[in-house]
Amino acid sequence: MGTTLPLLRFGKGLLMAVLLVAVAACARTPTTGVGNMAPGEGGMGAGTPGSQQEFLVSVGDRVFFETDSSLLTSDAQSTLQKQAQWLQQYPQYRIVIEGHADERGTREYNIALGARRASAVVNYLASLGIPQNRLSTVSYGKERPVAICNDISCWSQNRRAVTVLTN
Amino acid sequence: MNVMTRRAALKLGLSSAAMLAVSPAFAQLQITVTGGNFTPMPIAVPNFASGDPSFGAEVAQVVRNNLTGSGLFRLIDPAGYPQQVGDPNQTPAFDAWRTTGADALVMGNVERAGQIQSSLRLWDTTAGAQVTGKSYGTDPNSWRRIAHMASDAIYTGLTGESGYFDSRVIFVAESGPKANRVKRLAIMDQDGANVQYLTDGSRPAITPRLSPNGQLCAYMVFDGPTSSGIFILNLGTGQTQALGRFGQMNFAPRFSPDGRRLAFSVTNGAATNIYAIDLAGGQPQQLTTGSAIDTGPSYSPDGSRIVFESDRGGRPQIYVMGAGGGSGDRISFGNGSYSTPVWSPKGDYIAFTRQSGGQFQIGIMAPDGSGERILASSYHAEGPTWAPNGRVLMYFRDPGGNDGPSLYAIDIWGRNERRVATQGYASDPAWGPLLS
Repeated sequence: MGTTLPLLRFGKGLLMAVLLVAVAACARTPTTGVGNMAPGEGGMGAGTPGSQQEFLVSVGDRVFFETDSSLLTSDAQSTLQKQAQWLQQYPQYRIVIEGHADERGTREYNIALGARRASAVVNYLASLGIPQNRLSTVSYGKERPVAICNDISCWSQNRRAVTVLTN
Repeated sequence: MNVMTRRAALKLGLSSAAMLAVSPAFAQLQITVTGGNFTPMPIAVPNFASGDPSFGAEVAQVVRNNLTGSGLFRLIDPAGYPQQVGDPNQTPAFDAWRTTGADALVMGNVERAGQIQSSLRLWDTTAGAQVTGKSYGTDPNSWRRIAHMASDAIYTGLTGESGYFDSRVIFVAESGPKANRVKRLAIMDQDGANVQYLTDGSRPAITPRLSPNGQLCAYMVFDGPTSSGIFILNLGTGQTQALGRFGQMNFAPRFSPDGRRLAFSVTNGAATNIYAIDLAGGQPQQLTTGSAIDTGPSYSPDGSRIVFESDRGGRPQIYVMGAGGGSGDRISFGNGSYSTPVWSPKGDYIAFTRQSGGQFQIGIMAPDGSGERILASSYHAEGPTWAPNGRVLMYFRDPGGNDGPSLYAIDIWGRNERRVATQGYASDPAWGPLLS
């Protein structure tokens, strides 16, 4: 992708667009579902209550991890608390937690690391009252980066777990 | 350099006692590599004699590329040869060849007659003695194999080790943007020729491994929650079979040396453990336990042990356990983290990926963890695989950004790092056995 990316917001509204344009080599994963989109992306509205779009925009679908870690940061916990609240309100959704790793690890270890991250999210959501039978996990290791460049800011965006809603 | 004979030269891990057991003519000319101050052996390879001279020239060129690509030989420029076309049935004019600077001389012929047939003699120009004489054949559809067999005969004659040129490498051919890479399995000759694609790319395929006889390929399909898993492709029939599904995710498949079992990793929740399954059927046996990440299994060549990586101690490190499972003994103790251990087919080394100081490194160590040697270091380098003779490694390097990975080879002395040419991006190489 070129430099004409839409503005991307991550985490607590941190504006990343300047950085992404500066490195000029960043790309976003072509979406395979809402799971790969960030809140506020693409200039969408908030969506109707209970819609996947509302989940994306108002709650946020992803949490981020430190290098080679699956510990949930306080930011991650607060995002997941909002997710749990929303998911309890809309029980029609099943939930797949995608675990991802950055490129600074070997391929197979990163598959396992992604699984461990997904598992950490599942356990936390379950502890907040989301039934285990609504939750499943998959790891993509380092195979599906959302941000592409070779510096630390990009790696941090790729170390993530994404909450994907399915009907 | 260890001068053992008139011309010192390349010793590829052979003891001197073992060398004495070989014929006296063999001992006249050989190469010894023990350290960094190695000088490649000057060798002359005239065109092979043939009823089709251009074919004889093509075969000779593949041999030259193999020998120089190994880093152990320096080709004497054919322009200065006293004789442009080889003749294995005549004793060379050694005086004339000595003036070119060649220590070794290859005289070969090749003919297409149903099968492709070839003979060669390898000469020690200074001693005026034959080192090797050999005849061999192959089917007419794979003419390059004749050149690879010739190269292996020369390599063996001068190093005392088995060769690796008549072999293939399976790998992942990558194309498209990084965020949505198409990943197809492909197989090629070790020199990059004769690429064949084995999967169509509709589902990403990664981490292929060839069975010891080269007939089966185990790999992982990486395609979301419901269709990821380990598959086995029969290269002869083209048929693919799913291994089955155990726990949540299955990956990192590796064949046992007898080809009957497959070790692999299974995730359950946060834990990843190593299992092994009999390919004839049955339930997998769990080899490691606990809540850590245990992956990257690799059998010792005798099948009695498995080396693997585990982060049970914090960061990923290398451990060795019995093939039936167990707690394992840690063997890596250097700085950083260690992963992707691979046992050499010779049994003498374990190759690995190390991450240290922000770099990725390819290295080797003895199976007890001693003698660690880092061979290559860069922004990224991963996944070494052994040539069938255990003296060369292939791996992949990815420069990061929107670029993609390429294959590289290096020898176990850390010499002669070179890119292995592929059409597009390539990763996850796995070197197969010698074909002959």
